[in-house]
This record gives sequence, C-alpha cells and structure tokens, in this order.
Amino acid sequence: MSAVQVDSISKRFGPTVALDKVSFAVEKGELFGFIGPDGGGKTTLFRILVSLLVPDSGRATVLGLDAVKDYRALRLRVGYMAGRFSLYPDLSVEENLTFFASVFGTTVEREYEQIRPIYVQLEPFRDRRAGALSGGMKQKLALCCALVHRPDILLLDEPTTGVDAVSRREFWDLLGVLKAGGLTTIVSTPYMDEATRCDRIALVHRGQLLGVDTPAGITGAFGRPLVGVRARERYKALLALRKYEHAQSVYPFGDVMHYTDRRLDAPVERITADVKTFLDASGFADATVEVLTPTVEDSFIARTESAA
Amino acid sequence: MSDLAIQAKDLTRTFGNFTAVDHISFDVKAGEVFGFLGANGAGKTTAIRMLIGLLQPSAGTARVAGFDVSRETEEVKRNIGYMSQRFSLYEDLTPRENIRLYGGIYGLTRAEIRERTSQMLERLGFSSVADTAVRSLPLGWRQKLAFSVALVHRPRIVFLDEPTSGVDPITRRQFWELIYDAASNGTTVLVTTHYMDEAEYCDRISIMVAGRIAAMGTPAALKEEFTVESIDELFVRLARPVEAGKAGTLP
Repeated sequence: MSAVQVDSISKRFGPTVALDKVSFAVEKGELFGFIGPDGGGKTTLFRILVSLLVPDSGRATVLGLDAVKDYRALRLRVGYMAGRFSLYPDLSVEENLTFFASVFGTTVEREYEQIRPIYVQLEPFRDRRAGALSGGMKQKLALCCALVHRPDILLLDEPTTGVDAVSRREFWDLLGVLKAGGLTTIVSTPYMDEATRCDRIALVHRGQLLGVDTPAGITGAFGRPLVGVRARERYKALLALRKYEHAQSVYPFGDVMHYTDRRLDAPVERITADVKTFLDASGFADATVEVLTPTVEDSFIARTESAA
Repeated sequence: MSDLAIQAKDLTRTFGNFTAVDHISFDVKAGEVFGFLGANGAGKTTAIRMLIGLLQPSAGTARVAGFDVSRETEEVKRNIGYMSQRFSLYEDLTPRENIRLYGGIYGLTRAEIRERTSQMLERLGFSSVADTAVRSLPLGWRQKLAFSVALVHRPRIVFLDEPTSGVDPITRRQFWELIYDAASNGTTVLVTTHYMDEAEYCDRISIMVAGRIAAMGTPAALKEEFTVESIDELFVRLARPVEAGKAGTLP
C-alpha cells in the first residue's frame, strides 16, 4: 500500500483554480518533493493531505486513511510543518517542544530518541524564546515539534523558504537522517536545486503536475541538447543570442547561459559550432560553448514553456 | 558628487551588547549591480536599514547618493528606491493606481506620473492588466511591477531585499533582466538573495559573516581567490565555521 494515494483532486477558491485534477502516489519510506514556485498549489495540496482543507472533487488517502472521512485518526499520525512559522514566539525552545508533546499525550523525554538528531543542534538555545531564533534555527525547532509525537509520515510545507543557503543544506541533511530511519517524508520547496535531495519529485505549476519522476528521470527527459555559453559581456551576449535565428531559449544560470536550439534534428556538434560561429560574428570572440547536462530547473523551464 | 553611489566606512550598529554590524567598509560604484549576501542573522538587514536612513549607526559613516545616512536621512530617502519581498504594493489597488500613488508620494507632477505610467505599463507588457487589482496578478508579475514602482522617481540607487523569493524560474530571470536594464541606464542596484546562482549575475558581491564582510569582489575573482567552483561553495565555506561556533552569538 502506498503511504499517500491522491486521485484527481481539484480545489478552487472563487475563480482561482488552485489544484486541477492532481494525481500521484508516494511510497512508504520515500523522500518525496513538490518543486515549484509560490502560487502553484503546493500549500493547498498539503492542507488537503493533512485534513485542514476539503477538496472540491477527487480523493486522497494518507496511511490508508481517507483525508476527509478519517481526519481524526489521520491527525494523530501525521507530522505537519506549515509554511508560515507557527510556533509560539513567546515560549522558549523547550516550552514549545513540551507543549507539542503534551498535545499528543507524550513527553519530550519519552520521544527523545526520535528528535535527538535535530534537538542536539537546538539544545544550546533551549531557554531562548522561539521568536528570537534565526530563520534556520526556527525551522529546526518546527521540525522537532512536528516529530515529537512519532508521526508515521511527515509533511513539510516549504521548510527552507527564506532560509540562507547554508541552513538550507543543514536542513536537508537532517531530512536525510530521518529518511535513513525509514520515515516517509513529503516536502515542498521553490528552490529547484534542492530537488536532487529527493527520491522522487513532482514539478508543480499553476495547479498541475508537470511531471512526477526521480530527479534523474526528470532531467533525462529533457529531450534536446543543452548548450552552455560563457562570455565576458554576458548580458549583451544574452540579448544577441536571443536574436539568433535558431535560438529556442536563452536563460542565464549563474555565470553561464543555457541555450537550446530550435532544430530538433541537428546533432549537438553542429549546434555548438553554429552558436560559436554566430557569437564570433556578433563581436563576442571570447565566448566559449560547451554541452551541458540539464538540471531540474532547466526541465522545469522547458515544461512550463511547452505547457504555456 | 563622486561616481560612488554608496560609501560605507566602519559602519557599525550595536543592540545592547550585541554587535549586529561590525565596522563594515565598502564602496559601490554608480551603475553597479552589487550583491549583498550573508546567512540569516549575519547583519545584512541591519546594514541595509542604516543605508536607507531607517536606523542610526552606532559608529562609522556612510554616504548614499552623496548624502550622509545619519544626518541627511530625508535626502537619502528621496534619492533611493526600495523594494522588499514582503510588502511593496497595495494589493487592493490596480497597477495604474499603485504607480500613481508612489509617484504622488515622491512628489512627481501629474504630467510626469501620466507619462511614466504609460511607459512602465508598456515596457512590462502590463497594458491589459493595468486596471486589474494587483491581488489577482501572479506573484512574478507583482514583483516586476514592484521593481518598476521602486524606480518611479528615477532614484540613483535601488535597494532590493530578496526580490525573487518564491518566484518561478522564468520570471526570476526576467526580473534580473529588468535589473540589468536599470543598471545599463546608470541606476545602482544593491540586491540581497538566497539564490546563489543570482549572486553570479552581480558585478560584485560581498558576503557578510557575523556582522563583518568576510569576502568582497567580482564573482570570478572571489572564486579564484578561494579556489572554489561556485559562489554557493564559497558561501557555505565562509558561513560554516560561524554556524558551528554560534552558541555564543545569535543563532
């Protein structure tokens, strides 16, 4: 049995379609990621899965329990971290933990082994008010509070949004530790680079799933050569390359531009040679051209473009 | 005025016995895109609040657009634009109304507002949604509009605080093209971001660690200096030791 089974769920808010016939399944023990920008429907989906919102149509089961009918049983078994910081800012780190443990009829001492990998990082600040923690530490505390009742599945809605790159890494390291312990975890993020930390991912955009697969499966289906271009005058080169007759798309990715070609049947050597020739002729003789492996972000862009 | 848009010298701010910003010195040239990076709690927001005239420095000086940030705060505010991730636009108002509101706040004439509104709407491709409430526009559109509104009074410098958080990857890149476009017209841009690929788009960056500037330069020069492949790698390397020994300071 899958840990989560979602069949054709839709949800509207007035004229806005938040989710449009979404279906997927998450297996037991998986670290499953919903990747996509804000406003795509990720939060609505999470709220339906934890029974805080009722779908207009379709059905969701979590741990074999119906997310609408069996909500009482379900709530005892899910750990949920909302997108917005929702702990008590005036309570200390320890008081928050004690509170959430007692709500579920347990104690921090009894559950210590479950939360230990995360709690050891918080222990130096146990007496600090939660509101006075840094962004990264707040998220670790929220994760601890979501885990303290030993849930059978963890749902984390954008736990790393607005958190700096170092704290984000540390947070994903912790999720890796929990996964090694066998916990099923569903997590959403707008940061595409975090996708590779997941077993499988779903790309979410405007209420629809643009694909569900392993990160390698998603990038492997990119389906055309991806060419990287570097030039000293990057912005000017970018604008010039967009005007190239065979250009399909040109986007900046850090210090390199990612280029795809309109000619689907052209061999990659021909494309790189043509791009180099074009840039030379356009006054960017220093430009270098190479073949790249697509990232999840390239795949997301390509799929949103073809969906539009 | 010199061609320096920002000149900070030993800029410092303490809160009680905590030093949030500790003697930072840096210059930003006119027309430069300057990436202001740092981990959460490293002091970026405090530094920016001093630079935009909202917080008095405890020590040190800074000049922004030629004005002293501690004594000439009103002139500073008139000569800068500011856009934060959280709040920039009135969501109940339309794009046209937001532009008019901000134009009015900055003392533009009716004729100027009219002219800039049509220029702006056309450049953004917003003509069809000019009279639609901002609330119903996609996040990425709102952020592009917010950026343009922050430039409505043609400031010499614009401060962007995590302008692309949560925005889809295509819009994120379109947003950066607006930044490049503004910079090519001579506007200075100081931007913070948690996307390390965006750090690579900047002319120069600084990385703050525990209230100090731990590294500053062009992305290419920094990667060479620290022998790293990417700014992401550099960021992690600089910020890690602080994470580990952070118990004594702000976590």
